[in-house]
Amino acid sequence: MAMTFEKKDEGVYELNVQGYVCPHPQLYMKKSLEKVNPGDIINVLFDNPSSGESIASMCEARGDEILEKKEEGGKLIWSIQKAED
Amino acid sequence: MDEAKRKRWVLAILSIFSFGSILAVLVNEYYMYFVAYVWFGFIYGMCLQYGRFCFSSAFRDLFAVGVPRMVVGIMIATILFSLVSTFVTASGMSGFHPAPFGFHSIIAGLIFGVGMVLAGGCASGSLYKIGEGNGTSLLVVISLATTLAIFVDIGGIANAFVPDSWAESAMSKKLPASVTVSDGWIDQFLAGHVWNLPVRKISTMLGLDSESFFGIFLGDFLVGTAIPAILLLGIVYYFWARKQHRRKFKKEKGIDPSLKDDIEGFWAMVISSKRTAIAGLVLGVAAGLHIYVMQGLRVKFGINNAGTLLKKINWDSGLSINNTVFDPGYWYVTSQEGQWAAWVMDKLGINIMDNIFFGYSNGIPNPIVNGPGWMSIALVFGAMIMALLHNEFKLKMPTRELVVWAILGGFLMGIGSRIGLGCNVGAFFVRTANGDPNGWFFGIGMIAGAFFGVKFFTWWTDRQMAKEMANF
Repeated sequence: MAMTFEKKDEGVYELNVQGYVCPHPQLYMKKSLEKVNPGDIINVLFDNPSSGESIASMCEARGDEILEKKEEGGKLIWSIQKAED
Repeated sequence: MDEAKRKRWVLAILSIFSFGSILAVLVNEYYMYFVAYVWFGFIYGMCLQYGRFCFSSAFRDLFAVGVPRMVVGIMIATILFSLVSTFVTASGMSGFHPAPFGFHSIIAGLIFGVGMVLAGGCASGSLYKIGEGNGTSLLVVISLATTLAIFVDIGGIANAFVPDSWAESAMSKKLPASVTVSDGWIDQFLAGHVWNLPVRKISTMLGLDSESFFGIFLGDFLVGTAIPAILLLGIVYYFWARKQHRRKFKKEKGIDPSLKDDIEGFWAMVISSKRTAIAGLVLGVAAGLHIYVMQGLRVKFGINNAGTLLKKINWDSGLSINNTVFDPGYWYVTSQEGQWAAWVMDKLGINIMDNIFFGYSNGIPNPIVNGPGWMSIALVFGAMIMALLHNEFKLKMPTRELVVWAILGGFLMGIGSRIGLGCNVGAFFVRTANGDPNGWFFGIGMIAGAFFGVKFFTWWTDRQMAKEMANF
């Protein structure tokens, strides 16, 4: 399945990169955060655990906030809010 | 998979490996040599999965998303490995031999570096990800192994790319006729070029005694490993983490940070990912102890190479012309995978022994008695145990796009690892930690390769995102 990036609501997006290995999930996450507006939320779906480490570090460095981390049988769903400035 | 089921799987894997090991040693004491490889492989796999430890992500994630955690982990592991190796070498119990010193290591690292970014993991990283159920990583390893086996044997049109000086020098070595040294690019590269290069250690280059504790500590550990590793981390901090640390500091305290605050920022970067740092610590110590244990077993059994053991236990098919097999005595990844592919080719009737790599040096032993091969298999299962315990195991088939990257990445890693006489583990990690300057050469190449690989993927990702965002 190819990656998808969809607008789910006003200021809410979904990035689905399940099936992808490094570095694709973190690269798509970075690109997605660059595209959306400050304060917008991206729900990212991925299943490559090592990408989680990189995404968490990247968010910390950028100042973006990870609002929620869910795990469903190897599938990871993280909700990330882009920093205001 | 629920928790009870996952725990049952963990227990089953541990039981099979434990009973298998005990049974093997009971059948014949010599199997202890292979069992040692198995359990170190297990430790490596557990550490790699726990720390999400992948050499590929070190500079790739730095260039791609500005994350330095893996560079930190690898440098911690390398420093620790080097420190343990110092004691092991000084005690006379090291089986490590530096590789011939040359710039081919940089070119090899470059090819390998591009490959590992495309593949989504280095040689060891791809193995541990198989343990997480990742089908793409399995494809990477198959591609790498097959490429390696073919590349070391390829002659014909490839001979046209062999300089005359290599061809003449290779012929002058008077190798056995069965090796057909005049037909094979790698054969002539090895016998006509690499074997003519000097073997160096950083301690000897500094005029120090490479067998005394002082010489090894000062030359190979301090100057050869610890100082360059800390300098590298300093560069990473300056260009990737300092700005963020200073911005955060100024926001919190309202004043400009001093040099002392920068040092604190450097330390914060080092300990920012505890999982990676812990994995690096354990990996470094385990890799050093591995050298000690294997050499101890060699002394115990009175051997220099596992080929002698295989002859003693009547598993002598697949030995090289010198009655040797691939038996590094420390952590290694790619050569044994190439042996698996070559063994299959041999069973299919392809002559894969008429070259230096298999026919003269490493052989193609049956996978059942391939110690380093078992180390890689155990690495996969060690990683699987950790993935199961943390509910991170999931069977994932590769998508069509990833199939292309996996095959291409594995192909480049297969070529790079042969030119460099090793991969991210054998050519970089082990050599760097043991004072072989080739390790840093290969590392410089890998960094450059990661840079170009990231450039390509950034372009590719932009292209894909533009398509997805065309609608809004």
